[in-house]
Amino acid sequence: MANRQVAFAEISPSEFFYRNRDLAGFSNPARALYSAIRELVENSLDACELFQILPEINVAIEEVERNIENPDPKPYVVTVRDNGPGVDPRHVPNAFGRVFFGSKFLLRQSRGMFGMGGTMAILYGQITTSKPVSIMTSFDGNSTIAFDLMIDIQSNRPIVLRKDSKPGDGSTGTTVKITLEGDYFRAAQKIQDYFKHCAMVTPYSKLTYVDPQGRVLVFERGTSAMPTAPEETLPHPYGIDVEAFRRLLKQSTDPSLLKFMYSNFHRVGPKIALRFLQFAGFDPNKSPAELTAEETVALVEAIHKFDEFLQPDASCLSPLGSEILDAGIRKELQPEFATTSIRPPSAYSGYPFIVEVGLAYGGRALSPGVKLFRFANRIPLLYDEASDVSWKVISEGIDRKRYHIPPDAPLGIITHVCSTKIPYKTVGKEYLADRPELERELKNAVRDVLRKLRGYLTKKGSMEMVKRKLNIYGKYLPLIAKFSTDLSKAKRPPRYGKLIAQRDSRREAQRRIEEYS
Amino acid sequence: MRRKEGLKSTASLRRKEVKQLLRGLGQRVYSDLDNEVFPELLFPSRSVGNIVYDEGLKQYILGKSTVRRSSQNIKHIRPFSQLVWLAYFVNKLVQEGKTSTLRDVFYSAQAYNVEFVDQDESDEIITDLEAVLTKAREDFRVYPEERSAIFGDLTIEYTVPGYEGKRLNLSSHPDGYLIGPSLSTAEFIDTSAKMVLAVEKGGIFTRFVEEKVHKKFKALIIDTAGQPPRSTRYMLKRLNQELGLPVYVVTDGDVYGEHIAMVIISGSANAAHLRELTVSSAKWVGVWASDLLKYKLPSDPMTENDIKRAQELKRDPRYRGGIWQRELELFLKIKRKSELEAFAKYGLTHITDKYLPEKLREAKEL
Repeated sequence: MANRQVAFAEISPSEFFYRNRDLAGFSNPARALYSAIRELVENSLDACELFQILPEINVAIEEVERNIENPDPKPYVVTVRDNGPGVDPRHVPNAFGRVFFGSKFLLRQSRGMFGMGGTMAILYGQITTSKPVSIMTSFDGNSTIAFDLMIDIQSNRPIVLRKDSKPGDGSTGTTVKITLEGDYFRAAQKIQDYFKHCAMVTPYSKLTYVDPQGRVLVFERGTSAMPTAPEETLPHPYGIDVEAFRRLLKQSTDPSLLKFMYSNFHRVGPKIALRFLQFAGFDPNKSPAELTAEETVALVEAIHKFDEFLQPDASCLSPLGSEILDAGIRKELQPEFATTSIRPPSAYSGYPFIVEVGLAYGGRALSPGVKLFRFANRIPLLYDEASDVSWKVISEGIDRKRYHIPPDAPLGIITHVCSTKIPYKTVGKEYLADRPELERELKNAVRDVLRKLRGYLTKKGSMEMVKRKLNIYGKYLPLIAKFSTDLSKAKRPPRYGKLIAQRDSRREAQRRIEEYS
Repeated sequence: MRRKEGLKSTASLRRKEVKQLLRGLGQRVYSDLDNEVFPELLFPSRSVGNIVYDEGLKQYILGKSTVRRSSQNIKHIRPFSQLVWLAYFVNKLVQEGKTSTLRDVFYSAQAYNVEFVDQDESDEIITDLEAVLTKAREDFRVYPEERSAIFGDLTIEYTVPGYEGKRLNLSSHPDGYLIGPSLSTAEFIDTSAKMVLAVEKGGIFTRFVEEKVHKKFKALIIDTAGQPPRSTRYMLKRLNQELGLPVYVVTDGDVYGEHIAMVIISGSANAAHLRELTVSSAKWVGVWASDLLKYKLPSDPMTENDIKRAQELKRDPRYRGGIWQRELELFLKIKRKSELEAFAKYGLTHITDKYLPEKLREAKEL
């Protein structure tokens, strides 16, 4: 790419990110500390999930100089250790010491793109403290390799300062240690929230967090069920732009446009490819290599006008599913009632997505009012809640009266959107755009969980009525017996025990409600 | 003075009857419970739709629809328990010869873990028990706060505890005697009276006593203090039935006065479940609308409310025909009203010397 821009000085991807670090969530020391932890934890989770390893992740933040007097911002060491598959030592310098663009076009759901965020954290540490990053990884269990790396920002190359090897203990995993300038005082709450959210959306992971004061927060594993790893898929035609299309053409060896269309795109077979090329007015037998720039633009425009491409399928997605989502909600919120709604796959602009919504009601962790927990591809979204489409849906799109939910009901609503491309509104990746397709799916799912809550509350209400009734008979029948005995001058109380016993079936009902909740 | 034979037993008979009714109620509830059946009570409905006018009895009575109050019904068990408690409570009153007020009942319930939300609720249950037993609450010793007075030559014998056998002549004190529980339950021993004069207000009652109306007319004088309370109507009924005394009603010259007379004669819709409070032979002496013209009484214009009330009563079946309808129409025509005190225009004794003898003669012919 760079060699085409002859009129400008070359700029490496590292340099680009260095100059635009605000965009990646490293705008200030507080945000940077939070983002560094988040990026490293998410890389670890992605790696574990891809290899179906139950994640066990330890995070520690330490002050470089143990001195309370030193005000923030100041240097901190962030250590993230996982039990993932490890990294092949040959790839370590490039994976961690270089801002790396993949050349593949295959798509699958993952938290980050090509691990760029992790490298960004390393880059940030380097530019604020001039300290190298330490990476220890065991790939095969036989040996553990330790690296100290720095990035040559201008040339976008790793500099290996140290490489040691020692015998492994049979387990795999990676430890990344970054020294960076941070503002823990301002970031503390968000970091803690992040772990809580993370524990909710990945209940199959065990998370341990040690803060700078040495306090340990442990989120135990709540289930051993993991979501199935997503498959890689070809890009869908609706999601393609001119530049991406041009690159596909460049690497293509297909003899004809027809073959090119049905070999490189998701859910495009020969029949649809032929219909499309006829629609676009291109000769199916034309060689892809012969397309002019103008023809390329015309063809991409035609793609977006053609309405017969099939919707993408969701095999490249990895939703949590109701079992895992439910386990996460119950584990972290201990609600009186929890339910989930998993929507069928849908798509926007050629990108498949699935909306999953969970609801928690009551319990000790929730306070009156609605608390929204937002996730995208299992990433907790903690900033800019009010700009998010989920917030729009629950605050504007839903008439709670219709669901007979009391205004002060303690509600937790959990939204999870998974997609090959999350429609973030900004590069900061903190809130989702209100795409109509997404908004519709969220609305349907939220309505569904509210309906289930209404069902529960109605049932609970009638059970409580039964309970009240039981109490009423228990109170009044003995009084009636006592007074009528006196009035009638009978010698003994009447034997009416069966009348109260008849209510036993209602006691049964009462027990059921306790099981239900 | 003449002694009426067989009078003495009346009050005690009534007491015995109430005791039996209460015991019977207890036995029904008890045996249902003992047979493991949810007890229920059936009694006439007091809803507006079930209050009908009986031409024969000339009073409002309850129609055929009934209320089934079942202890099995979650909505009924509370009032059912309250009703059984009330029966238990008043049975104690009857046994011990004590009385209680409507307010007392409301508070007493709390001691038995039977609560009433407010006095309206307990009053309602009291009326329910009246309907169940077809006895007035005074029969089971529950009295309202309001009381009216009686004066005249009537010797009574108390039956209330502490006064049993004690006798009193009701002309001994010129302010009259309160018609309260002890008087209501007293036996009538002796009287020289030939009639009962029920007057609407205390001022005229006092005038009648001062002018010795009780002697001149051989009358017992009763102050109804406006619309007579049920204990007073019950007293009128007893005087009429047990002593055979005719009852004459003297009221102000307005539609409310006319209605006081009507309630004494035909009863009220509120007490349609009771038959023992009316004196159907009682006569309304006045002041009629026609008296306003005839005696040229000072008068005031009727208010809008007066006119509205008159039109309501015109449609009431009790007011069909006779002087009732005639006088109502006249009130509506002249649109004026007057008070008993208005006779003072002609001197303080005019009402007793002139008006009353004339009107009594006229009333007797009705």
